[in-house]
Amino acid sequence: MSMTTLVKEKLGIVPLVEGGKTYKQVTEEILKPTDSFPTSLWWKAFILALTVTIVDLGIIGYLCYEGLWILGVNNPVGWGFFIVNFVFWIGIGHAGTLISAVLFLFRQGWRTGINRAAEAMTIFAVLTAATTLIIHIGRPWLGFWLFPYPNGRGPMWVNFRSPLIWDTFAVSTYLSISLVFWYIGLVPDIAALRDRSTHKVKKMIYSAMSLGWVGSNRAWSHYEIVCMLLAALSTPLVLSVHTIVSFDFAVSILPGWHTTILPPYFVAGAIFSGFAMVVTLMVIAREVFNLKQFITLKHLENMNKVIMVTGLMVGYAYGSEFFIAWYSGNEYEGFAFVNRAFGPYAWAYWIMISCNVLTPQVFWFESNRRNIKVMFIVSIFVNIGMWFERFVIVMTTHRDFLPSNWALYIPTFYDFAMLIGTFGIFFTLFLLFCRVLPVIAIAEVKTVMVQKEGVKH
Amino acid sequence: MYWFKKEQFHTYKETTNGVFGLFDTPEELVHAAEKTRDKNYKGFDCLTPFPVHGLDDAMELPRSGIPWISFFMGLVGCSLGFGFQYLVDSVNWPINYSGKAFNAWPAYIPVTFEITIFFAGMSAVVSLYVLSRSNHAFRKPLHPEITSHRFALWIPSTVPNFKQDEVVNFIKSLGAKDVTVVK
Repeated sequence: MSMTTLVKEKLGIVPLVEGGKTYKQVTEEILKPTDSFPTSLWWKAFILALTVTIVDLGIIGYLCYEGLWILGVNNPVGWGFFIVNFVFWIGIGHAGTLISAVLFLFRQGWRTGINRAAEAMTIFAVLTAATTLIIHIGRPWLGFWLFPYPNGRGPMWVNFRSPLIWDTFAVSTYLSISLVFWYIGLVPDIAALRDRSTHKVKKMIYSAMSLGWVGSNRAWSHYEIVCMLLAALSTPLVLSVHTIVSFDFAVSILPGWHTTILPPYFVAGAIFSGFAMVVTLMVIAREVFNLKQFITLKHLENMNKVIMVTGLMVGYAYGSEFFIAWYSGNEYEGFAFVNRAFGPYAWAYWIMISCNVLTPQVFWFESNRRNIKVMFIVSIFVNIGMWFERFVIVMTTHRDFLPSNWALYIPTFYDFAMLIGTFGIFFTLFLLFCRVLPVIAIAEVKTVMVQKEGVKH
Repeated sequence: MYWFKKEQFHTYKETTNGVFGLFDTPEELVHAAEKTRDKNYKGFDCLTPFPVHGLDDAMELPRSGIPWISFFMGLVGCSLGFGFQYLVDSVNWPINYSGKAFNAWPAYIPVTFEITIFFAGMSAVVSLYVLSRSNHAFRKPLHPEITSHRFALWIPSTVPNFKQDEVVNFIKSLGAKDVTVVK
């Protein structure tokens, strides 16, 4: 990048949408994938994801029939892969809310190019996470027992002092607020889809979904305020969700889990893994749907900076945990951490450290932050590393206070099948979304476009 | 006192007859809206593909009152969430958890917080749905390009002193590219 472009970018003169487009071109180019027949690449990816999902549903059925014994869960490690997957997917979701809400409050114009896809990612990731939780109950048809509801069993309610109940409320609030936030953002774009579609059935479906949006400024003036309110409400919400997820561990009295660092550490980790997933998805989407002028290198570079910063926070948390385990002088706490790094699961611990702490360091260099191949590889590594972080946290309770109770968690075929299945569910939903709805928030992108020299809207 | 006003809950007005003119840039529309306001055509509307800054002032629309609804519903959610947990643990189903007080309120904070957010957020969305009259999903758009790249000034026949020819000439004088009469 030449010096002048660098200076221009720092001053905010470089446009967020490249190629000097008109409003009309923006609408047409973003909506193009929704009215052309999907490419063979899309079909291949979709059929693969759908196959995985269908096989996964079959295995879930078998799991419900047989019970949880076919998994690797045992007495010291009662949670296993399911909770690893749950925390992993909830964490992925957090980047979407961060982009749509926190960056909105900070007036970061660049978020408009990526927020739609990131929010969709949030919703699908939270849905995937909720699925793993529901299956993990063992009798998924009784999942509604998690909610307090009037029942005929005498006075009987859920235990409001349990972090698992806090989790139920946090995740369901998070899912519903994210869903309406995403949908409200979609309404003007669905109206644009409605107005340009000629097929009768398609037009009818889009009309129903557009809620009669005509673009009246009397509606826009409320609309903008509601978006701001939802952003302001989602910001503490997203922090609370992963805080409460970490309470599932921190409120217990197990050494290695019972630490106060867990909430900020989980939140930073969630943003870290979520941004890595956004980079993975965006690098693919801009290539496949030809959106390079909307999702520019500037967007990707900014996300890589966030990955590096949160990666450093996570690395600091790993170090701090170890230090406090030693400094507290508590021998159980000390043992839990030594066992983490040098016990039977040391390989997982060191995969975590190398993927999460070492790989993001390449982003200190601008040439790496703007290199598609480098960022793609790093983002994959970060995803692997963050999955292993949760694996390390959950599995290393395999040696508790009683040495007679020590055991190893050895995942079975079904554990791995469930893990792969979550990716199937997520990608099926995401590919369908890319096909039928605009991947970029058209109305929002138009507000940050520079139409004439020096005039911004 | 800082308190909400009724005008802050302005709604989208469903009007079927009138005249609209199309503009190519948001600036032109803002200027046109200012002139229309000065002409005292009360109840006119501007239709745009994205929110345009300055239009609210040009149309004399006050700041939306939805934050008030959201705030009060948040308070309702907060009291309901806390009250429910209190009633369950202290009145309806008191259980002794390791000798703690029945009403050990710090444990109620996470659920109370989530319910507050849920009520505040959902009430904002429902208010938007009601105030923008979204229950009428199959209303006919004026022009298909308004949701893409054109900016419309809509003067319905319900405005005071509506005379069709006068309004058509007025919109033309503002520089609109296409002027269409809807009957």
